[in-house]
Amino acid sequence: MPLTEPAAPPLPREEALQRTAPLKGELEYIIELVEPGTRVLDLGCGTGDLLKALQERKKVFPQGVDIDEEAIQVCVSKGLPVYHGDLDEGLADFGDQALDYVILTNVIQVLHRPDFLMREAARVGRRVIVSFPNFAHWSARLQLALLGRMPRTKRLPYEWYDSPNIHLTTIRDFQDLLRREKLGIHRSVFLRSTRDGRFVPVRLWPNLLAEQAIFMVSRD
Amino acid sequence: MLDQTDVQTAPGSVGLVQTQYFTFPGPLRLASGKELGPITLAYETYGELNSDRSNAILVEHALSGDAHVAGRHHPDDRKPGWWDMMVGPGKALDTTKYFVICANCIGGCMGSTGPSSINPATGRPYAMSFPVITIQDMVEAETYLLDHLGIEQVLCVIGGSMGGMRTLQWAVSHPERVRLAIPIATTSRHTAQAIAFDEVGRQAIMADPNWNGGDYYGGPRPERGLAIARMIGHITYLSDEAMHRKFGRNLIRDNGLEFGFEEEFQVQSYLRYQGDSFVQRFDANSYLYITKAMDYFDLTQPSGSLKKELSRVRAKFLVISFTSDWLYPTYQSREIVTALRHNNAYVTFAEITTPHGHDAFLLESRQLTSLISNFLSYAVD
Repeated sequence: MPLTEPAAPPLPREEALQRTAPLKGELEYIIELVEPGTRVLDLGCGTGDLLKALQERKKVFPQGVDIDEEAIQVCVSKGLPVYHGDLDEGLADFGDQALDYVILTNVIQVLHRPDFLMREAARVGRRVIVSFPNFAHWSARLQLALLGRMPRTKRLPYEWYDSPNIHLTTIRDFQDLLRREKLGIHRSVFLRSTRDGRFVPVRLWPNLLAEQAIFMVSRD
Repeated sequence: MLDQTDVQTAPGSVGLVQTQYFTFPGPLRLASGKELGPITLAYETYGELNSDRSNAILVEHALSGDAHVAGRHHPDDRKPGWWDMMVGPGKALDTTKYFVICANCIGGCMGSTGPSSINPATGRPYAMSFPVITIQDMVEAETYLLDHLGIEQVLCVIGGSMGGMRTLQWAVSHPERVRLAIPIATTSRHTAQAIAFDEVGRQAIMADPNWNGGDYYGGPRPERGLAIARMIGHITYLSDEAMHRKFGRNLIRDNGLEFGFEEEFQVQSYLRYQGDSFVQRFDANSYLYITKAMDYFDLTQPSGSLKKELSRVRAKFLVISFTSDWLYPTYQSREIVTALRHNNAYVTFAEITTPHGHDAFLLESRQLTSLISNFLSYAVD
């Protein structure tokens, strides 16, 4: 009999964010972007929920990278091949365009150099799927404008001094980075949450109204 | 002390076991070009081989290990086999599900053909006339055992340290016979540091006057030399932190510093105990041959590229390292993983946080057992 899944101990703050279960629906939008039968690398895969769903529904060859030992244990109990280590180490092993998709969900804003990782991800993957919380959402803007305080939101619940989100960005600023890195946008999805905790698309003024952005980009 | 029924029914134990022997004429063509034969392999098995012969797990022991992985030979054995915590009903290598096999390596001294065995050509122990063997030779000898047991393909090969080297070698030399491979606390090649420690151990043995050019069988054995070799080895199996936690600067006696050279610090007494108990069960010439085999181990050869040499593997891999292992540090496991990933292999890598150093693979650990049992259960298609 397999041992039961190890109970995860409380995570240190630094790791907590990428473990936060994405609001219902976010992963659905990402899964939809992935073609069946492809090779997928999930950077910061956590306990492997996205990879497992992609394996089951899209028959992808999944691979994950995570820094957290307990997360790796859980991935192994799901039969997922995972690499225990830093994200950039996780990429260096791969040759140019060795993978079909490199996925970064709610990860870029915790990195020291998001630009470096975006470059590496685009080198290794034919497509890069990135999702991140939009810091220009109106609720964040209001807190800064009216209260004169660092914004805290559902998606970004931390104090400024203990936040793992050291490189928060907005949809517009991220698009600037893509232009500078000469990465083309294939698809973009902007989402806001509803009262019952689902994510729904935003069509108008995404940089003001969207809490979450998903981009699929590539070098070509 | 346990009586027989206790041993048989102890929870999680395989109970009483017996070493078996398999002899084949060979001769086995060795990596050196020399030939060896006939060859006897001492081995033990636990659990039942299923009807389609698909549930075999081959355990590969380390330098000082043997075929006795789990259970006891006699009800009053003080200790069970060397990986008893891993092998048994309900354990990671669950003997209610898997057929577990372990053989003493050639060159060894626990029942398999080695330098202390009688050379049929002369009627005397081989001693230093035993041919130098490699990790690859050890693996080739084991293929005869699998053939003998009627096992075309094993579910898994698993081992730590030198057992990890043999696990890797299996996956490279016989890719079609290995479905899963779990190399633990190991390396794709011995570094200069690892060779250096082995060399000091060998020199200690060969400097012992009783070693006598290896020709000591029937006379006094080079126990001093072998004990020192073991003490050196043992230091490399622990870690600064583990030693500090276990011994600190604690003294054996409470009467302060003695300003002499008798046993004084607890760590001295521990090392001497390790050395002295080792010589009771191990042959000095086997120590020379097996450490040499490890020093020769270099999976990057012949091409010089580990990526290229691992391109043939078909097994799914679980590579495990330990944070405090400085004999085969984590970066050496990562090199293996990098080469496997480069070849689009299915590979999981986990580095377990532990203060116990290289020897951590032999110690009880929830992380280690759950990784292994889950990998065995869920990595198979």
